[in-house]
Amino acid sequence: MGVLDSKVPSGPLADKWTKHKNEIELVNPANKRNIDVIVVGTGLAGGSAAATMAELGYNVKTFCYQDSPRRAHSIAAQGGVNAAKNYQGDGDSVYRLFYDTVKGGDYRSREANVHRLAEVSTNIIDQCVAQGVPFAREYGGLLDNRSFGGVLVSRTFYAKGQTGQQLLLGAYAAMNRQIQRGKIKSYTRHEMLDLVLVDGKARGIIARNLVTGEIERHSAHAVVIASGGYGNLFFLSTYCMGANVMAAWKAHKRGAFFANPCFTQIHPTCIPVSGDHQSKLTLMSESLRNDGRIWVPKKLEDAKAIREGKLKPTDLAEEDRDYYLERRYPAFGNLVPRDVASRAAKERCDAGYGVNKTGEAVYLDFDAAIMRYGREKALTSGMKNPDDKTVRKLGEEVVEAKYGNLFQMYEKIVDQNPYKTPMMIYPAVHYTMGGLWVDYNLMTTIPGCYAAGEANFSDHGANRLGASALMQGLADGYFVLPYTIGDYLSDDIRTGPIPTETPEFEEAENNVRERIQKLMSAKGEHSVDYYHKKLGKIMWNKCGMARNAKELQEAMDEIAELRKDFWANVKVTGVADGKNQELEKAGRVADFLELGELFAMDALERNESCGGHFREEYQTPEGEALRDDKNFTFVSAWEYKGDPRKAKLHKEELVYENIEVKTRSYK
Amino acid sequence: MKLFLKIWRQKNASTKGKMMEYTLEGIESDMSFLEMLDVLNEDLIARGEEPVEFDHDCREGICGTCSLMINGRPHGPDSRITVCQLHMRSFNDGDTIVIEPWRAKAFPVIKDLIVDRTAFDRIQQAGGYISVNTSGRPVDANAIPIEKDAADASFNAATCIGCGACVAACKNASAMLFTSAKVSQFALLPQGQVEAADRVLNMVRQMDLEGFGNCTNTGACEVECPKGISLENIARMNREYLAASVKG
Repeated sequence: MGVLDSKVPSGPLADKWTKHKNEIELVNPANKRNIDVIVVGTGLAGGSAAATMAELGYNVKTFCYQDSPRRAHSIAAQGGVNAAKNYQGDGDSVYRLFYDTVKGGDYRSREANVHRLAEVSTNIIDQCVAQGVPFAREYGGLLDNRSFGGVLVSRTFYAKGQTGQQLLLGAYAAMNRQIQRGKIKSYTRHEMLDLVLVDGKARGIIARNLVTGEIERHSAHAVVIASGGYGNLFFLSTYCMGANVMAAWKAHKRGAFFANPCFTQIHPTCIPVSGDHQSKLTLMSESLRNDGRIWVPKKLEDAKAIREGKLKPTDLAEEDRDYYLERRYPAFGNLVPRDVASRAAKERCDAGYGVNKTGEAVYLDFDAAIMRYGREKALTSGMKNPDDKTVRKLGEEVVEAKYGNLFQMYEKIVDQNPYKTPMMIYPAVHYTMGGLWVDYNLMTTIPGCYAAGEANFSDHGANRLGASALMQGLADGYFVLPYTIGDYLSDDIRTGPIPTETPEFEEAENNVRERIQKLMSAKGEHSVDYYHKKLGKIMWNKCGMARNAKELQEAMDEIAELRKDFWANVKVTGVADGKNQELEKAGRVADFLELGELFAMDALERNESCGGHFREEYQTPEGEALRDDKNFTFVSAWEYKGDPRKAKLHKEELVYENIEVKTRSYK
Repeated sequence: MKLFLKIWRQKNASTKGKMMEYTLEGIESDMSFLEMLDVLNEDLIARGEEPVEFDHDCREGICGTCSLMINGRPHGPDSRITVCQLHMRSFNDGDTIVIEPWRAKAFPVIKDLIVDRTAFDRIQQAGGYISVNTSGRPVDANAIPIEKDAADASFNAATCIGCGACVAACKNASAMLFTSAKVSQFALLPQGQVEAADRVLNMVRQMDLEGFGNCTNTGACEVECPKGISLENIARMNREYLAASVKG
């Protein structure tokens, strides 16, 4: 296996995790008090890991750029969290969740990790309910479930359209309890600017206090990176404005391999772009696809008339609509996985059937659901022959109870009433499956440096299923990392506190100061956003939903060129020794300008289509993704070599012993 | 559209601030309010001036980071939204817009429009949790059925995003709505009962220590809350507090 040892335990798949937990080293409670752990990022993965490690007895320091851990972008996840509870009795099981996730990831994830994820999924729900997370319930008082894309069971737990917020507040509450006990020291409005290695081990970080501008040294026996994904590479995405790759990228530059950077999730149901001024895209939860039907006009002239405002979608007769997902994928219909739904929308819009001014939007229509629910409600309320108007009114009430906040959000942004006219949606960058390479213990290729949640690459392969991000973040943070990290820390019980007055910290701090100086002194032409937008355009046009070798090569060159221009001509106003949002942004964009090139190179190297990675050269006659299992059943893990395009590729071959690798079909 | 902006500028916590005036042209009605500020900042950067700093992050109304007082109202003229969800179609060509940070003793200004809201974190740390360790072996999630109405009411209280609009709206800068929302979330669930008395006493004590004002039941907080947190929560917290005090 060379440099990449995944450390997957031996034995039958279903026993691996239990066996591993029984065999790894433990640190006794008295010794845990002498061990420090740094956690960078306080979303679901970081927050839950920090709280659990503090409960176990470690001294934890957390860092987040937000003013409070409660604001991490996990909060924006709307739809739900999967767990193989089988409360609905619809045949769900740990195996089925495992199988769906591996299949959904297009057979590019590690079997053992995914099975562990499915195993601990049930604990997540128990844990969260015990913490007081107010999940949706049925009238009998038991937990309610709904269905998400790519699966045939109802295993998604939810709290209206705010599941992420409620789960994060649960983790934040658990953190608060440990902050109060003095076991967690929380550094908010802080950003990690470098990782410090001592004797090859991760032993601390350099952070910048974003309020005072002070550069600080923090040491620990291990460092956990839980800083989320890097979708802001595309400028326009559903990520929060501050999301960045800095912590992960700095770890990469210090020796952590970066895995599958090109595996990006483009989410099918986002509000379309409205103009050049736009700063971010807003997601409409995938749960809407439970009830919404996606369509475009069947005839080109109708699409044109709609774009020109001469025709209303509600005027179009049923037979003039093309419910293209139901047509192409009868078995899964509107609930096909995200990558499939996104590509299908792009295909229709590229063919000229788009329905908004820019031609880049399709309809998500609730009319059928409103009428269906309305009739059901009328029946259960004892109405004999309700007229259409009454049925519609009742149906709208049911839909409002289910999706009210999402409909309101849509109306605020688009200024159209989605109860009366279909929503318009278009795919947008939403999640990155790629990230720091980790072994079964979630340790990167740097000893003592761990990665959890979206920041690592491990569980979703080439495409993530809906409601699986919350599951993975909490699984890593509550149930995996706090235990596997003990195996490593058991060697550190006699180490004592790590001093910060050492050449290693000195070197890293100087490194950081020089870089800030360089950014501040490039008194050039253009603002940081100017470069970020340019990078985003290159990424979206050439490394987006469909990619080809020629454009990927062009993207690499254009990004390299843009990076050079950035360092010579970027204009960062303000001062370094105080609050400075321009400087914060500049540091983040500088990293994206390196990662973008690696991203394009990774996509160029992967001569196949799989999951969210669609290469135009590799498709079936029907336009479906064409995998090449013989040559590409591996994880690309890139080693930093000074320049993004000089990065060295290492391959972790993926072995499927428990699942038959098949062509993924949702037909 | 053309706009006249009056914006609070303050270098840092120890410097005195003042209102500054800016004129901005070419604003489109489908821009969000924060995108309008992005345009202003790009203009300022091009002129070599320091951009206006303001807190924002998710830009979809859920993280609670954005915090602007617009024409005297937290999160601006529309109801039930945060600033990031406010669009310029709510304004007219030629309008003058006054933009200030939250004003409260417990929320000191950090820079320009950014305030320090860590007082909210400390209130939560004082008791806004249920003391349960992560073991992987708690009771099954469905072992305790919870009446749907109670679960829904708990959820409604839990939707608070901690933005601080309630404090900014209150003439006394009281944090009662914020604190009571968390107290209510747990008071309505069986899991929250065990520590209920200590929780309410400790959280209220911390709230007072932070320098928030008293509640005089004007209801301004409820009107301005982007998530529609109800005043009923304050009543519930008062009951919980009284019961806990008597229990002593």
